[in-house]
Amino acid sequence: MDPINISYFGEKFNRLQLANPDNLLNSIRKEGFKTFNESGLPGTKNEEWKYTRISNLFHKEYHLTEDELKSEINISDVNAVRLPGSENATELVFANGKFIPELSTIRSSDNELVILPLEEAAKGVFKELIHEHLDKSSLFIKDGIHALNTSFIYGGVFIYVNKNKVLDNPVYLYHISDARENHTLSQPRSLVFVDESAKLQVVETYSTIGSMDSFTNEVIEIIVDTNAIVEYYKIQNDSITASQVGTTHIRQIGKSFVHALTISLNGGMIRNNTDIIMEAAGNEAHMYGLYLLKGHTHVDNHTLVDNTKPNCFSNELYKGIIDEQATGVFSGKIFVRPDAQKTNAYQSNKNILLSDDATVNTKPQLEIFADDVKCSHGCTVGQLDEEAMYYLRTRGISKEHAQSMLLEAFAADIVGQIKPEPLRIYVEEMISERLSVN
Amino acid sequence: MEEELKMLEETVASDYKYGFVTDIDTDVIPKGLSEDVIRLISLKKNEPEWMLEWRLKAYKHWLKMEEPKWPNVKYPEINYQDVIYYAAPKKKPKVNSLDEVDPELLKTFEKLGISLGEQKRLTGVAVDVVMDSVSVATSFKEQLSEIGVIFCSISEAIQNHPDLVKKYMGSVVPMTDNYFAALNSAVFTDGSFCYIPKGVRCPMELSTYFRINTENAGQFERTLIIAEDEAYVSYLEGCTAPMRDENQLHAAVVELIAKEKAEIKYSTVQNWYPGDENGRGGIYNFVTKRGICAGNYSKISWTQVETGSSITWKYPSVILKGDNSIGEFYSVALTNNFQQADTGTKMIHLGKNTKSRIVSKGISAGRSQNSYRGLVRAGKNALNARNYSQCDSLLLGDKCGAHTFPYIESKNKTAVIEHEATTSKIGEDQLFYCEQRGIDAETAVALIVTGFAKEVMNQLPMEFAVEAQKLLAISLEGSVG
Amino acid sequence: MLLSIKNLHASIEGKQILKGINLDIQPGEVHAIMGPNGSGKSTLASVLAGREEYEVTEGSVEFDGKNMLELSPEDRSREGLFLAFQYPVEIPGVSTTNFIKTAVNEKRKYHGQEPMDAVAFLKLMKQKIELVEIDKSLLSRSINEGFSGGEKKRNEIFQMAMLEPKLAILDETDSGLDIDALRIVAKGVNKLRNSERGIIVITHYQRLLDYLQPDFVHVLVNGRIVKSGTKALALELEEKGYDFIKDEISLTAAL
Repeated sequence: MDPINISYFGEKFNRLQLANPDNLLNSIRKEGFKTFNESGLPGTKNEEWKYTRISNLFHKEYHLTEDELKSEINISDVNAVRLPGSENATELVFANGKFIPELSTIRSSDNELVILPLEEAAKGVFKELIHEHLDKSSLFIKDGIHALNTSFIYGGVFIYVNKNKVLDNPVYLYHISDARENHTLSQPRSLVFVDESAKLQVVETYSTIGSMDSFTNEVIEIIVDTNAIVEYYKIQNDSITASQVGTTHIRQIGKSFVHALTISLNGGMIRNNTDIIMEAAGNEAHMYGLYLLKGHTHVDNHTLVDNTKPNCFSNELYKGIIDEQATGVFSGKIFVRPDAQKTNAYQSNKNILLSDDATVNTKPQLEIFADDVKCSHGCTVGQLDEEAMYYLRTRGISKEHAQSMLLEAFAADIVGQIKPEPLRIYVEEMISERLSVN
Repeated sequence: MEEELKMLEETVASDYKYGFVTDIDTDVIPKGLSEDVIRLISLKKNEPEWMLEWRLKAYKHWLKMEEPKWPNVKYPEINYQDVIYYAAPKKKPKVNSLDEVDPELLKTFEKLGISLGEQKRLTGVAVDVVMDSVSVATSFKEQLSEIGVIFCSISEAIQNHPDLVKKYMGSVVPMTDNYFAALNSAVFTDGSFCYIPKGVRCPMELSTYFRINTENAGQFERTLIIAEDEAYVSYLEGCTAPMRDENQLHAAVVELIAKEKAEIKYSTVQNWYPGDENGRGGIYNFVTKRGICAGNYSKISWTQVETGSSITWKYPSVILKGDNSIGEFYSVALTNNFQQADTGTKMIHLGKNTKSRIVSKGISAGRSQNSYRGLVRAGKNALNARNYSQCDSLLLGDKCGAHTFPYIESKNKTAVIEHEATTSKIGEDQLFYCEQRGIDAETAVALIVTGFAKEVMNQLPMEFAVEAQKLLAISLEGSVG
Repeated sequence: MLLSIKNLHASIEGKQILKGINLDIQPGEVHAIMGPNGSGKSTLASVLAGREEYEVTEGSVEFDGKNMLELSPEDRSREGLFLAFQYPVEIPGVSTTNFIKTAVNEKRKYHGQEPMDAVAFLKLMKQKIELVEIDKSLLSRSINEGFSGGEKKRNEIFQMAMLEPKLAILDETDSGLDIDALRIVAKGVNKLRNSERGIIVITHYQRLLDYLQPDFVHVLVNGRIVKSGTKALALELEEKGYDFIKDEISLTAAL
């Protein structure tokens, strides 16, 4: 870590702390900065960052918004990033990492869905809830980049779904970085609490305006209570000047159901941490990922399923198609703690390399401390099935066309898991366009 | 089947049977490590100047290195000044002549089930025996030398075949490779050397038995095997040590070189003292084993049965440099009580049409931790590289752990790599079935484990397979509650 | 001449399988190729379809006046060659309908025709579905995925109907079929028989030939056609087994 950067962040951190002395967030930020100071940015010697080097991205001066909740971003910028299905969705806009209520639209009643700026929520009726859950992720993630986000928690959002409320329409989070004038560092922070027997769909997407570099260092924590259902979708299709470290930390505190999916299509250096912590017996989680890479895009998906209680089920499938000079990284970890008997956990990672310069590094891991479990993982790296290619060609389908058909089929497994229909069709079309033969 | 059962019966009731100490006159350099100690080792072995320089260079490098912390094992810090780096039986027999071997020593090896005399002649295995720091006997030397095969201790090779040693030692595992390899390069005392000339199929299994005897002594052996074009050799190593309360250090280096169309098959049955049921004592086994398929169409195959040591840190690897070369790794690692193992392999595909296969069977019992760690890498030029890996873990009891850490790195679009891993426990239904047929639980577990490990055991040469099966059964003892 | 094979030699991984095949087929003819296991029957089918693992070491194949060996597998198909596979591959995620539509349109493009619009394509499908009696629900599923043996073979014949080849090669289409499935598949093939189309039926047994009634029967042994004749030859083989042919050959060789 560049000492210049530590002092650079230190100055900004001190200013933020001085200006906001009073509440709970102050002490969480303080802990965060302590960790950041101690560990700095993770280097490639850190096992979890072996294949992804982010330090290079910090050899430049970023514009970092501290507590400024205004930006140059306006409604037409928001219109440009709207996803299909937005007409029914609750839309939350983040500009340079800060939640902007004026640009956001809530399409749900208060007794179903509560959306508050994090600062406000930390003072009101949700104070206890926030105290109990915010930044529990730092117990699992000790590295400096996560701590850097925590050091600057300000302008985040709190999302609460009331007991027994099944939301029919998703909540969309639009992250917009303004890189027209400066390199921009955005650090969005969200806490989502889905109460008993409630249901929520969350969709996140990212967009950079301007030709300078943007770096988004996001942390979203999602707490899922008993009988609740959470679907989480992350769609990454930003410009190649946009890099990102995104942590999605999901804790299933009651017997509940989680369905998480990440689609990465475009960007610079992308690192996704998707963690599911199973803190109650009988949890069920499904995790999917698709990375379709070209150019110099680097996508690193780190997943964790941490089973601490018995009778949990998890299934994980990540697929990658890597072209040109792109790099795909997958690291999956399944933990089965001593109390987590009768765990069933599956993990699979499949990769196809399309070019001579593409790279894939994959590391599926099992760490098992209980004996009565069924766990397996598998991973493959290779080409398209040659038998299938030949079969298609004997039917008169050209090599290129056969390849795009098979690649689409390869991706379809994942895309088919996107449950909101407008979103699924949107992603299907993007992928089809990307894979089609001119 | 009947024989199998008899064998199990015979062994299930026994403790670590290699735990005795031989009362033998020993020449020891006092504890501690320094340049002077290294000079003394070199002097005692009457080594040429270049060898000493090599050692000192490794030592200087080692001083700058840090002990690796990434393996999934925990142990108290090792005090490298509290280790004996040289201990040799005083009555060193003239090599070649078994008759002059100290009778105590011969007894030792008979107790270990290794006869240096007639018995092995019948089974056709040539044996080199290394006790503490030095090689004490090598059998069948003459017969082998008639066909051009050199099989001797590495100390002799340094004296008699300096050009070969100079050329190849450190060529696969450089002295700077890792902490323990550097330490070994500085202080290694003996080990085996094999050279198979062009076109020769070595007619018998070559074998080395390693034995740690002296208290507080570390064992640092070094093995070098070279198979010239179209040569073949099958090599076996076995290891045992007495029971002691203190931990003892073993840091070995093995290098294999296979030239064009050559094949080296390397089998290990590692049964260093694992410590007692409370985790006291036992060997720290930090080993660097690596082979290079230097020539086209060459093949290196590692087979290991790891039941001993309190800590195992070991990744027998193959660098697949020659086109169409093949690398294999078959492993059974069984941990019981407080043992910890972090073992696996690396398959580095560099040449075209290279193939590798990994079969790893981990069995954890008691409070042990058993990790598979493996790397499969397809380099940019590794056109059509193929790898298949299968890693299975079996858990016996709910206090132990089984871990899998595979690393797969591909930079070639024509490479196909497949990895599969499963973790499971012995099925209640399997156990019940055996019990209903009158087989007690412990025997049933041993049977099922043997079946689980069968694919790997089948790779072992006959002489070793039986012994290895017995070992599995013994090591499992007390694991069924 | 529809197909003319002259002195065809082919090998795989250095092993010679075909050792000089000669065969001429006129439009409208049905030829059966029979032979014991390992005689090279399926290799012949693969070589004609252009499978890349096989190397043609000698000889020529002319298809409708063109040097077929120069063409890629897809161009052979577009020129009108169809291979019904012995083991049709399963392709998860690719729907059968979409697949056939792509194949039909690629062929049209090759011949300079406009792609078929959705309505015309569906109409054609419907017509062929009736012709070969295939279960419509199969077509919305992924290619061959989870199909029974009989369903896979019927799907092959359906594709043949859709692509309307000049020459169809049926590679052991009868293998793994029970008698009812066999009858349906044979019925489909017979409907696709006409005066323009050549058909090569590769089979181990003559029971399929009862339904298809070939014009010629050839016996392939050890990479060569050792005997040719009419339908009667197939019956003789059925009765006496392949050994009788082998004996006959060795006898000839001895003379």
